[in-house]
Amino acid sequence: MNNTELKKEILRISGVNVKKCMKCGKCSASCPAYDEMEFHPHQFASMIDNGEIEPLLRSDSLYRCLSCFACMERCPRGVEPAKLIEAVRLTAIRKQGANRMTADDVPQMLDDNTPGQLLVSAFRKYTK
Amino acid sequence: MQRIGVFVCWCGSNIAGTVDVHAVAEALKTESGVVFSTDYQYMCSQAGQDIIKNAIHEHSLTGIVVCSCSPRMHEATFRKTAAAAGLNPYMVEIANIREQCSWIHKDMLSGTEKAIILGKAAVAKVNLNAPLTPGQSTVTKRALVIGGGIAGIQTALDIADAGFPVDIVEKKPTIGGKMAQLDKTFPTLDCAACILTPKMVDAAQNENIRIYSYSEVTEVGGYVGNFDVTIKRKARYVKEDICTGCGLCTEKCPQKKVPNEFNLGMDNRRAIYIPFAQAVPKVATIDADYCTMLKTGKCGVCAKVCTAGAIDYNAKDEFVKEKYGAIVVATGYNPISMEKFDEFAYSQSKDVITSLEFERLTNAAGPTSGKLLRPSDGEHPHKIVFVQCVGSRCENCAEKGKEYCSKICCMYTAKHAMLIRDKYPDTDVYVFYIDVRTPGKAFDEFYRRAVEEYGVHYIKGMVGKVVPEGKKLLVQASDLINGKQLHIDADLVVLAAAIEPDKSARPLATMLTASMDTNDFFTEAHPKLRPVESPTAGVFLSGCCQGPKDIPETVSQASAAASKVIGLLVKDHLTGNPCIAQSNELMCNGCSSCERVCPYGAITYEEKEFRMPDRTTKLRRVASVNPAVCQGCGACTVACPSGAMDLNGFKNNQIMAEVDAICKM
Repeated sequence: MNNTELKKEILRISGVNVKKCMKCGKCSASCPAYDEMEFHPHQFASMIDNGEIEPLLRSDSLYRCLSCFACMERCPRGVEPAKLIEAVRLTAIRKQGANRMTADDVPQMLDDNTPGQLLVSAFRKYTK
Repeated sequence: MQRIGVFVCWCGSNIAGTVDVHAVAEALKTESGVVFSTDYQYMCSQAGQDIIKNAIHEHSLTGIVVCSCSPRMHEATFRKTAAAAGLNPYMVEIANIREQCSWIHKDMLSGTEKAIILGKAAVAKVNLNAPLTPGQSTVTKRALVIGGGIAGIQTALDIADAGFPVDIVEKKPTIGGKMAQLDKTFPTLDCAACILTPKMVDAAQNENIRIYSYSEVTEVGGYVGNFDVTIKRKARYVKEDICTGCGLCTEKCPQKKVPNEFNLGMDNRRAIYIPFAQAVPKVATIDADYCTMLKTGKCGVCAKVCTAGAIDYNAKDEFVKEKYGAIVVATGYNPISMEKFDEFAYSQSKDVITSLEFERLTNAAGPTSGKLLRPSDGEHPHKIVFVQCVGSRCENCAEKGKEYCSKICCMYTAKHAMLIRDKYPDTDVYVFYIDVRTPGKAFDEFYRRAVEEYGVHYIKGMVGKVVPEGKKLLVQASDLINGKQLHIDADLVVLAAAIEPDKSARPLATMLTASMDTNDFFTEAHPKLRPVESPTAGVFLSGCCQGPKDIPETVSQASAAASKVIGLLVKDHLTGNPCIAQSNELMCNGCSSCERVCPYGAITYEEKEFRMPDRTTKLRRVASVNPAVCQGCGACTVACPSGAMDLNGFKNNQIMAEVDAICKM
């Protein structure tokens, strides 16, 4: 897919209107994973609007987002950056072989401190 | 049979660009009654109007159709043109081929086709038009100003200065409004009280001005030039004419735990109180919700200490009825509630305050005598964070905030930041902004001074959350320019709360039948060309009731509203609108449907004698319309089951003729 199609696809999956963003940065100000992320919620909105999708698809930020939805809750314009990040993440893992986790990865992650449910949901989220 | 002239306007290229104006003029030539048809570049110009006048004379026209812009724009112009040529102005019809045609069509063919249809409809209507003559009514030479803030005061002073009596109705015990609560004013930093209180005194001393403080408008009837208004004078339990304002009662009252609304609840007042030292009128008021005497009958301290004998525990609300020629709405604004903005911890910490609360904290007459101290522990804050646009420019939080920009926050925050850095140079001030909006005379210079001379840290980005921790407020925010998330341990957080119209505005608008927008701001008759008039005749707008405004803008608008009022009051007679409802008594069955739907109370019923076919007489109940009150809305004509009610200028058969003309295509 070229960038225009990627952008269309991401906007379609997320149902977000990025043009509503007024670039106030309240999403990134609310983000608890800010320091872990290369690209921050407000950058997702503006980069997707500009069609700069490839760097986002390659970025680890997709998997650093906690999906806590603080950015969606606080956004004064109803832009819903978490849905954008989710949509880019889906686009990435839907690509053949781009699974973030495979079934083979699971056994080595098992330990006494990690709740099993966490691995189940992580597996669902990061796998096609 | 009418002799109709058709005049098609090009409006430069506004119409001619999308509508073939020659084809329209040509097509309408063959319509029934049309004896002349032409087109011209600008019909509203002097030359265009001359074409109309000459045609009226040359072709002995009895009616004209102008195919041009919206009738809201130039109907009055063309009616005057017709009148100047000796034609009854109500024989003019406008076919709106600009807004309804050229502006919304891209395609010449369909645009032209629609323009012809609209033209035919107008011709069909003019064929049934009859000359109308407007009635006249008198003007009561007294104005009412609702709201006694700076807007209301300025309007009243200007009207009074022109020699007309004017009454101010203010719901609080004193006039002065929000401006009385402010410390300094941008961009010159004059003290608000120093420039406001002389005006308050002027208003009190002006013999043309009567102030009804602690009063509310409860009923409005009548119409432009002749409003009947009922004013409720709430019982203040103190005789206004006897109280000297010495203040002894307010010192002796044992009920000390009443939140002081003038200081936004940051300190307490007594149950009997004078809001502030320069209050006008300077008389005490008893707060019935807190007064022990009024609640339990046991106390009476204020009556004992009052040497003037002004206390009257048996006072009752009084109602005053007065006639006015014009009404000015100046109901002002309030900051919105911050309760729902949990992320800023307004409800959790006393040290998160609104900007209006900050005004009281820096005001020499405020709860801290002007010393900037934290509300929680009275200590001097060293790190202060200002958050802009709290509740303004919200798209998805309609139940929390507002969609519009509140306009004044950028400037007052710059002022606050500057005042802090001036008084307390050891204090760090951060302002988190989305945009800094400074379109005003000397506004941007003022904001730059805050940054360049006073060293205020302006950071582009929004605050995400504020978490109270110990004595500190942990502020997490974006710094978008540097691509960082900031964590600041602040001592005080000030929220620039959005402003909204006063809650009293909505019921007042209903009483006045004045229109409002979805935000409860009063709408103006025209956003550019009639900005201080309401679409309801005789109702004028002053200050923030119409939209967010700073003081200079409010004062300009207040004076503009006053000049409009004066323009109305100097007239001895007003010419009415002849397009009003008329009842056909022979068809009316007296059912009262029209009376119930009339929003203006223009319809009454009378018993009338009618001659029956057998030469007997019969008493029947029939509707009659007061021509001075009727605004021609047409609600009654729709409600009337027998078709007895008709609207002059928009008669049922005229509307049907228009519909027929459109359907014939």
